[in-house]
Amino acid sequence: MGAGHGHRLHFHGHSPVHRAPAHLKILALLAFVLVVVATPREWYLAYAGYLAVLVVVIGVSRVPFLYLLPRMVIEVPFLVFAALIPFVAEGPRVDVPLVGGWELSLSESGLVAAWGLAAKGTLGVLASLTLAATTEPSAVLRGLQRLHLPELLVQIMGFMVRYLDVVSADLGRMITAMRSRGVDPRSPRHWPALARTLGALFVRSYERGERVHLAMLARGYDGTLPDHASPGVHR
Amino acid sequence: MHVPDGFFNAPTSVATGAVAAVGVGVALRKARAELDDRTAPMAGLVAAFIFAGQMINFPVGAGTSGHLLGGALAAVLVGPWTGALCISVVLLVQALFMADGGLTALGTNITLMALVGGFVGYGVFRLVLLVLPRKVTSVPVAAAVGALVSVPAAATAFTLLFALGGTADVATGKVLAAMVGWHVVIGIGEAIVTGLVVSAVLTSRPDLVRGARGLASNRAPLITKETSA
Repeated sequence: MGAGHGHRLHFHGHSPVHRAPAHLKILALLAFVLVVVATPREWYLAYAGYLAVLVVVIGVSRVPFLYLLPRMVIEVPFLVFAALIPFVAEGPRVDVPLVGGWELSLSESGLVAAWGLAAKGTLGVLASLTLAATTEPSAVLRGLQRLHLPELLVQIMGFMVRYLDVVSADLGRMITAMRSRGVDPRSPRHWPALARTLGALFVRSYERGERVHLAMLARGYDGTLPDHASPGVHR
Repeated sequence: MHVPDGFFNAPTSVATGAVAAVGVGVALRKARAELDDRTAPMAGLVAAFIFAGQMINFPVGAGTSGHLLGGALAAVLVGPWTGALCISVVLLVQALFMADGGLTALGTNITLMALVGGFVGYGVFRLVLLVLPRKVTSVPVAAAVGALVSVPAAATAFTLLFALGGTADVATGKVLAAMVGWHVVIGIGEAIVTGLVVSAVLTSRPDLVRGARGLASNRAPLITKETSA
């Protein structure tokens, strides 16, 4: 497996935000989103303040906004959901005039709720993206370890992150092979073929896990992983 | 689709966070009992498999598409505790490394998808197995029914949370109808794919399907068109 295991979201850099200890960044992110979620949505100025904080952090990190922006599409389904709320929510309604004499009847509380969802969701996504863009996956894992997440959980996450690209590429090759034989994996007509592919992928992944375990045993695995950040030190 | 930050109020987020922490803690113990020191690599690889499987979209009508959620599938393939653990790890990695699903909503997402989705799916799977004849061919059918029920069950739990700690004033009945109606459609796709995947694994490596333990010995010798030709 000589391929690079670069992270999809990570943006290489050497800014103070990049260099800050990962466990502090995770704590800061958690505190930030908790405060944002707990802030009453009528405090509009506070949200401007939160956005300003994020903009400053992103500015210091020198990650281009144009790098983060396309990656925010992950929240689009929920923005659609938020946009629907004013139409279905209860309470007094306001009429919004549209061009051509049409009027939209919207719920007032629904509008406020939609604003709250959109603002909090967007701030959360932007803050999480900033962490992901400025922190190497291995550093996030070490940070979680320092925050005393159960050792086993961190190890499992580590293996998932390590083999994510391997397993995804495995599936990618299988899908390519299917397509080249005239199968459309999206069509329900070809679901049996797709399911056999997924079944094979499961068997391959499971057997890979068994091989990885044997390789670990051969190298003296005793339940804890060596800390590669400080060579020669076994925790 | 993952719940983002701010969808539920802070008390609900903290409460589901506590539920998720306890659930993941128990799942860690149980998975370790099932897998011993193979836990880390095996659960990690299964989590990577579920993540990859979730990347495949299939159309659910009206121009939108859904993807495999995998809660019931994981529970049938590797057991309910390891399955819930793997789904939780997928959600953790998505929240921390991919900004998919809010960090404050992580507890909610784990509770809904890993705990409710996984255990309802597995419970229904076990119940259906009791009713069906004790044959290995019953396993994919039971897995499909489990998957079919698990998706609307998670949607119902979502609606319950929404009634308790939602941040929008929408009548609970409307949310329930929309969420469950929509997720029954997604559940049908989930059921078909889950059943077919379990059936495919049973054909090649029946020993890897944990939900089929005790049944695999009843199956006829593996003779396919390829091997008999």
